[in-house]
Amino acid sequence: MTAFEASNPEITVYVPRDAAALSVGADEVADAIRAEALKRGLPVRLVRNGSRGMLWLEPLVEVATASGRIAYGPVAPEDVSTLFETGFPTSCDHPLCLGPTEEIPYLRNQERLTFARCGVIDPLSVADYRSHSGFRGLERALSLTPAEIVAEVLESGLRGRGGAGFPTGIKWRTVLDARADQKFICCNADEGDSGTFADRMIMEGDPFLLVEGMTIAGIAVGATEGYVYIRSEYPHAIATMREAIRLARAEGWLGERIHGTEHTFHLDVRVGAGAYICGEETSMLESLEGKRGMVRAKPPLPALEGLFGKPTVVNNVLSLTSVPVILEKGAAHYRDFGVGRSRGTLAFQLAGNIRRGGIVEKAFGVTLHELLYEFGGGTASGRPIRAVQAGGPLGAYLPESQFHLPKDYEAFAAVEAMVGHGGIVVFDDSVDMARQARFAMEFCAAESCGKCTPCRIGAVRGVEVMDRIIAGDSVAKNIALLQDLCEVMTDGSLCAMGGMTPIPVRSALKHFPEDFARTPDRAAAE
Amino acid sequence: MNARAPWREERACAIVAEHRHLRGSLLPILHALQEEFGCIDQAAVPLLARELNLSRADVHGVVSFYHEFRRTRPGRHTVKVCRAEACQSMGCDDLVSHIERSLSVSLGGTTADDAFTVESVFCLGNCALSPAVMVDERLYGRVDARRIDAILGATLAAETAR
Repeated sequence: MTAFEASNPEITVYVPRDAAALSVGADEVADAIRAEALKRGLPVRLVRNGSRGMLWLEPLVEVATASGRIAYGPVAPEDVSTLFETGFPTSCDHPLCLGPTEEIPYLRNQERLTFARCGVIDPLSVADYRSHSGFRGLERALSLTPAEIVAEVLESGLRGRGGAGFPTGIKWRTVLDARADQKFICCNADEGDSGTFADRMIMEGDPFLLVEGMTIAGIAVGATEGYVYIRSEYPHAIATMREAIRLARAEGWLGERIHGTEHTFHLDVRVGAGAYICGEETSMLESLEGKRGMVRAKPPLPALEGLFGKPTVVNNVLSLTSVPVILEKGAAHYRDFGVGRSRGTLAFQLAGNIRRGGIVEKAFGVTLHELLYEFGGGTASGRPIRAVQAGGPLGAYLPESQFHLPKDYEAFAAVEAMVGHGGIVVFDDSVDMARQARFAMEFCAAESCGKCTPCRIGAVRGVEVMDRIIAGDSVAKNIALLQDLCEVMTDGSLCAMGGMTPIPVRSALKHFPEDFARTPDRAAAE
Repeated sequence: MNARAPWREERACAIVAEHRHLRGSLLPILHALQEEFGCIDQAAVPLLARELNLSRADVHGVVSFYHEFRRTRPGRHTVKVCRAEACQSMGCDDLVSHIERSLSVSLGGTTADDAFTVESVFCLGNCALSPAVMVDERLYGRVDARRIDAILGATLAAETAR
């Protein structure tokens, strides 16, 4: 080692590998940093971490210092040379410097349980995961009986994070109590709702967390095989999960006799093929069996007759990734967050026309207003927020008068809205709510599996009725027809696709009736 | 760049053999076939029916159910433009019109020079950086008319550089 190297210990610089960061040039920034450091003879170690979830700051570059990590963002490739000119990475004297990452109010004011490690560690380093208390939940689970693990999850109050909010512990108990030669754990990573990206981010930023959560689920219910069903639109998440599974297996955290115990768990990734309906659990199971993603009637519940007819736990990514911390720190720790019957935290996703979009993990009870203005900072366009759609394409459109609502499953259900997967899509005052209502029907027509007539045909008729309303053709009569159609779809569909498509339509009509009051003159003027 | 190898039955059989041990192997096999040939060739349907002991209707039903599986070969590059709500709130409809106009192609079609197949997609999971576009497997965020022109230009330039 030369004297120069001794006096210049290696400096660790983080540039995210998350797909959102890559979408705005993170790879180019990483290349530029590598080249510039080489040119200047600076010993830089580059780590490609996940994203911290402050997506408006991506690419967010961080430097490890003795007093914690310092953030810079958003960094463009052409900023890199001026960064180095002002002393990067050893001093922080550039307009893009944001100070200590953890002190950025957006991050500081969150309660991160599931996303605690996301953006902090190298996602594909088992050692890094371990040094940030990874696999501690699984270690504890290995010392418990299945019934004790299930009791812990039940105790925590964890409810399904995919949208329906069914208590996870009850689902697990049902599978545990079922007698069968084979049981399965299926993770639903078919995150198709617009405005949601938390599943993707955790799979890309902390994939071992999902491996750990699924393995715990397997031990808890007596399942030895699991599948992660990831949508094909997520090539980065697919590659990261596959690599994480390979690494976990190589280090004895997956496969036969996990860490010398009698437990076995095999995990595999399966890729969807661009069908939104496969986010519905029974449709996903059909797809995993290699069939068309047609929704099944329930009962039988998948917990009793799921994948290939065997008892199956079907959980969302965020449900399964909430499990390790529950096992590690105990049910009470998790349950202490939240309100009423909504316990723990949810990773809210601020999306669409929002100034500071990203992940906000907060305990239930936070209001829409806090999320939209204190975290989100209003719209990206600078115009007033007119509407938000909460809970995906099947969720309600809410006006400003509802922004005081606390994020809580029951409070949202009381106003015919849903928390869903925690996605919130923001629209400014240029939005035409009649067109959004039309889109809800168009989406349903494109994505219906076709099993139930009210969904398959109703959605097509819904688009036609909306077209007549938008054209100002017999508006009152067509609105009555639309209401009638919504009722038939709600009552006559097996699953949420047909059953809940009326929610965005009706909420748009209820809260924004002025957008539906059209005349042929207005339509002609457009 | 899309793989677009001409159909070869032997190669298809090898792909089937590689994946048939998987539970519910039809989807993984279809993905692998499309990765090799760029689409699910019509000849694949009877072949898969025979190899997996399914009816041709079963296989055709699966191929036609999923948006991702295509029956014709795509252009050299696939451009997926997100048209879901978050991207709508940031003006993806204008972006779609711009792409259709500048490439003289409509959604679902392929440009005359076979360079780009342009498709709409519902959500790429980049909803805080809308509008989002995916070119082949590269994701782009905050895409406006100027940026998409640059992205598509760079995609073609990378082709000739190779």
